[in-house]
Amino acid sequence: MSYRFSCNTTRLLRGCVALGLVFCAVFVMPANFAAAAPPAPTVEVNIAKFAFSPQEITVAPGTKVIWTNRDDTPHTVTSNDKSFASKGLDTDDKFEHTFASEGDFSYICTLHPFMTGVVHVRKQ
Amino acid sequence: MSKYDPTNPGHNPARRQALSCLAAWTGAAVVWTVAGGVPRALGATSTGTPPAAAKDALTFVQISDTHIGFHKAANPDVIGSLRRAIADINALSQTPAFVVHTGDVSHLSKPEEFGQAREVLQEIHVDRVHTVPGEHDAIDEGVNGYLKFFDHDGNGKSWYSFDQGGVHFIALNNVLNFKMGRMAALGDEQITWMKSNLAGVPHSTPVVVLAHIPLWTIWEPWGWGTADSAQAMALLRPFGSVTVLNGHIHQVLQKVEGHISLHTAMSLAYPQPKPGQEGIGEPGPVTVPADQLGKLLGTRQLSVVRGRHELALIDTPLDR
Repeated sequence: MSYRFSCNTTRLLRGCVALGLVFCAVFVMPANFAAAAPPAPTVEVNIAKFAFSPQEITVAPGTKVIWTNRDDTPHTVTSNDKSFASKGLDTDDKFEHTFASEGDFSYICTLHPFMTGVVHVRKQ
Repeated sequence: MSKYDPTNPGHNPARRQALSCLAAWTGAAVVWTVAGGVPRALGATSTGTPPAAAKDALTFVQISDTHIGFHKAANPDVIGSLRRAIADINALSQTPAFVVHTGDVSHLSKPEEFGQAREVLQEIHVDRVHTVPGEHDAIDEGVNGYLKFFDHDGNGKSWYSFDQGGVHFIALNNVLNFKMGRMAALGDEQITWMKSNLAGVPHSTPVVVLAHIPLWTIWEPWGWGTADSAQAMALLRPFGSVTVLNGHIHQVLQKVEGHISLHTAMSLAYPQPKPGQEGIGEPGPVTVPADQLGKLLGTRQLSVVRGRHELALIDTPLDR
């Protein structure tokens, strides 16, 4: 029993070392790469007095845009090409979308289609 | 603020003048009859108590824009306001045949808001409450969430018709089919349905149309109109008596086009600015002093006298 036990312990230790290496490969190394990359830029858009403000923005690919509803009335952020759409946003609710590729993305509030905005995504 | 004392209305002339202005704005307690489509004011009831309707009249009540789920400063207790309206309806001397709700039942289209609305509306002593969806009832998944609670004919459609008391009623959905920078619309499918629905109705039959957003353009920059309303009006024009009942703008306005009269109603949640009102800039909730709110919210009683094609409308605020 004791021999078998020590044998199993050795195997266990080997297994732990191997697992540790796997952890290094999968988690530690990419974390180091991520730290070296610049943080994703963020741009804020307010929804206030039934308008998107700023109504028109130009951002680089990879930018995250965050909309916040400041009105007492619900609004949505809904793109005309259906590439992004928020739920109904109550007061102080937020919606975010990261624009991966270049293009012009116009959007409206589906409750108040006279509210329009556009995000231009351009390499800078 | 001091309370208005109805037993001593002369104690503050300036205040009385202000109140009469408010009454004029809301159209409160003004009795209209529509003869041949042309309304004329019969007179105002000083107490807001409606005169008794003729015995053979079909009487029904319109409520609108309850916004169940709203809890901001403009009205922290929309359920309380709805219950006050229900007490008024249940106290009417002539029990209405039914109630119509012209949309924005909920504030955020949440199932619990629809559920609570349906539960409270059942406190009205009528057989049916007919509803149409407002844009607040069509958030996130169109009208699907609304239809789970208010599918009137079981067809899974938000538009339908019914006949009662010799009157043909059409309930419409004009809160979908929006396009960028354009007002909401009825859409081709609904216009086609409306055309076939009206095809078998004699032109002498009074028609009442229910829709949330006004079917005439009141103020386009705020979306206070329906993009394809002209097509609907063309279908209604041959009829001798057409009454369109709308909500959405939380105030009483009227328009007459030939034999078609169009009326918007007060809300039961909060007031909104006058169309394009200077210094406000957007159609959001207007917060008024607490003792003024009940004067700007209210119900509408309608009577249709068979054979005369007359419709009497009485708008009654919660506080009179």
